[in-house]
Amino acid sequence: MSEIAATDALPKPKRDIAPLLLPAVLALLMIPLIGSASSWVTLTVASLAMGMMIFIMASGLTLVFGLMDVLNFGHGAFIAVGAYVATVVLLPLASWAQADSLLTNLAVLLPAALLSMGVTGALGLVVERVLVLPVYGQHLKQILMTTGGLIVAEQTLYALFGPQIIPLPLPTALRGSFIIGDVAISKYRLLAMLVGFAIFVAIELVLNRTKIGLLIRAGVENREMVEALGYRIRRLFLGVFMTGSALAGLGGVMWGLYREQVHASIGDELTVLVFIVVIIGGLGSITGCFIGAILVAMVANYGGFLVPKLALVSNILLMVAVLMWRPRGLYAVTSR
Amino acid sequence: MMLLSGDPPRSRALSILLVVIILALLATPFIFPGAKALNVAAKICIFAALVASYDLLLGYTGSVSFAHTMFYGIGSYAIAIALYGLGPNWTSVAAAVAAGLPLALLLALAIGLFSLRVEAIFFAMITLAVASAFLVLASQLSWLTGGEDGRSFQLPELLRPGTVFIGKEWFGFPINGRILTYYLVLSACALMILALLRVVNSPFGRVLQAIRENRFRAEALGYRTVFHLTYANCIAAVIAAGAGMLNALWLRYAGPDTSLSFSIMLDILLMVVIGGMGTIYGAIIGAAIFILAQNYLQALMSIASTAAADAGLPLLPGLLHPDRWLLWLGLLFIASVYFFPTGVVGRLRNKPGASR
Repeated sequence: MSEIAATDALPKPKRDIAPLLLPAVLALLMIPLIGSASSWVTLTVASLAMGMMIFIMASGLTLVFGLMDVLNFGHGAFIAVGAYVATVVLLPLASWAQADSLLTNLAVLLPAALLSMGVTGALGLVVERVLVLPVYGQHLKQILMTTGGLIVAEQTLYALFGPQIIPLPLPTALRGSFIIGDVAISKYRLLAMLVGFAIFVAIELVLNRTKIGLLIRAGVENREMVEALGYRIRRLFLGVFMTGSALAGLGGVMWGLYREQVHASIGDELTVLVFIVVIIGGLGSITGCFIGAILVAMVANYGGFLVPKLALVSNILLMVAVLMWRPRGLYAVTSR
Repeated sequence: MMLLSGDPPRSRALSILLVVIILALLATPFIFPGAKALNVAAKICIFAALVASYDLLLGYTGSVSFAHTMFYGIGSYAIAIALYGLGPNWTSVAAAVAAGLPLALLLALAIGLFSLRVEAIFFAMITLAVASAFLVLASQLSWLTGGEDGRSFQLPELLRPGTVFIGKEWFGFPINGRILTYYLVLSACALMILALLRVVNSPFGRVLQAIRENRFRAEALGYRTVFHLTYANCIAAVIAAGAGMLNALWLRYAGPDTSLSFSIMLDILLMVVIGGMGTIYGAIIGAAIFILAQNYLQALMSIASTAAADAGLPLLPGLLHPDRWLLWLGLLFIASVYFFPTGVVGRLRNKPGASR
């Protein structure tokens, strides 16, 4: 609960707080339904951790769309590539990752994550220049081009790494859980929550407290005006695209470690989830994306616990419900 | 001309190509005997109809749907479940048609009214989400759908390979229920494609094109664009379900991999784009090229892969492995969106000297 309360203290550009309260209300409503306090805490922590990971992956997509009206259907490719790059570092150095020391573990985990972000960021540069640049302003072609990019990326991953599932065990220091009373909180989930929350805060700070953030927000509102004022919005956009790709890569690493396995199809799987989050949040809104990610994860976790069969379509139901309430998503940022 | 709804191919090369494909499909059982050739031909027919119905959406209204395989799957599963549950007779086939087509229609209506109100992009994302939920649903409800394994079933007596109409003595091979099924598939697909040609050349089709070109202006002219788009979505869904039914009848099987998977959706997209969007004829060309490539290119790739491995080249054997053929098609896809967005049909029509 403390994590959700903390969002309230963040700088809020909008006074519209109803969506912010939504996850908290949902979590509270679930207490009587679930019954046992310890499973409720476990489920809530699980949803927050999952939500943070999805947020990391989705944040780039929503900004890219908001700023430049480009919808990247190949976003999932960055997630998959990120996860695979991490295996390149983590598997040869398995002895370090499995050493019983937090420092040694981090000494291999951090470079792996950074390398993944570097590679996916660079890939983002290539994709933006080659696939997206020629088709600005043409939605249909954008969707086709980026879908093609997704196929090529996925198949290349298969060709390079083989079609089998690659196991990616968690470093030793991150295994297990903290036990408080009769509540067990998995260490890795806690880490995922911290990282995701830190990234959310960082993005919000950059967007709200820096000149670049000001330009990005202005670009989301009205691209032509920013261009008319003499700023090179294309370059800004390239930066956002690369950052978004790098974040997707980081999300891929975290997801791979969370599942403890990596497969090229995670790109497809997560693309759908990420899209739902972006739609729920409102295209272009970081805060909306953050709340949307938590909501999707909560519905998946609580739903999976209460009515396992319903969990399959719970995301769609959530999306329908949110869009009934607010047809443009929780926070409608763009006027498009 | 009546048959083509006043929309001829408008290019000599294209006409010749189409005639060749159609004659080849008509004559396949006689000139290419053997199960594989017949399978490929049936698949070309089915996909030509499926892709043509997708072209109605993508090419004529400009809305990208990722739920087309869902409707295709609804058709396939309707046939499979009915024939599996009610026994192999024509009543079950009729029941499948009576249940499957309205289901596809209603679902398309719901999705359309819900998501076509806003952006094309919204529609694309929502269809993707709904389709993936449907795929999961189909593979989880195993009591109904057979889960991952799908459903195999028996065809009505008349369509079984064991039913021989004309013995071996005439053509050197028996004319049996399998060949009858093939012609059933072929004629049903031809009918569906002709119906789609009728739709796109009607005043309704013109409105769809107007919406594609400029939705705002079409709305300003007084057309209720949401309803037009939704109708188009419904027509496309029903035809896709019809194609799915033929697919199930031909395969005597329906399962997630053959009728619902995301990769079929990608195949459809590739076929539309390669053939040429917004032409209907492009669907036939695209399906023919793609499925021939799918079935015969892989053999070539495997030869190339072995050759590259023998030559000791790094990486190439992996990239040329027959399972990686989608990689090359993906590259081809990007290249065709990039260099000739109008596809084969558009290319042939715009060639200097083409008869218009």
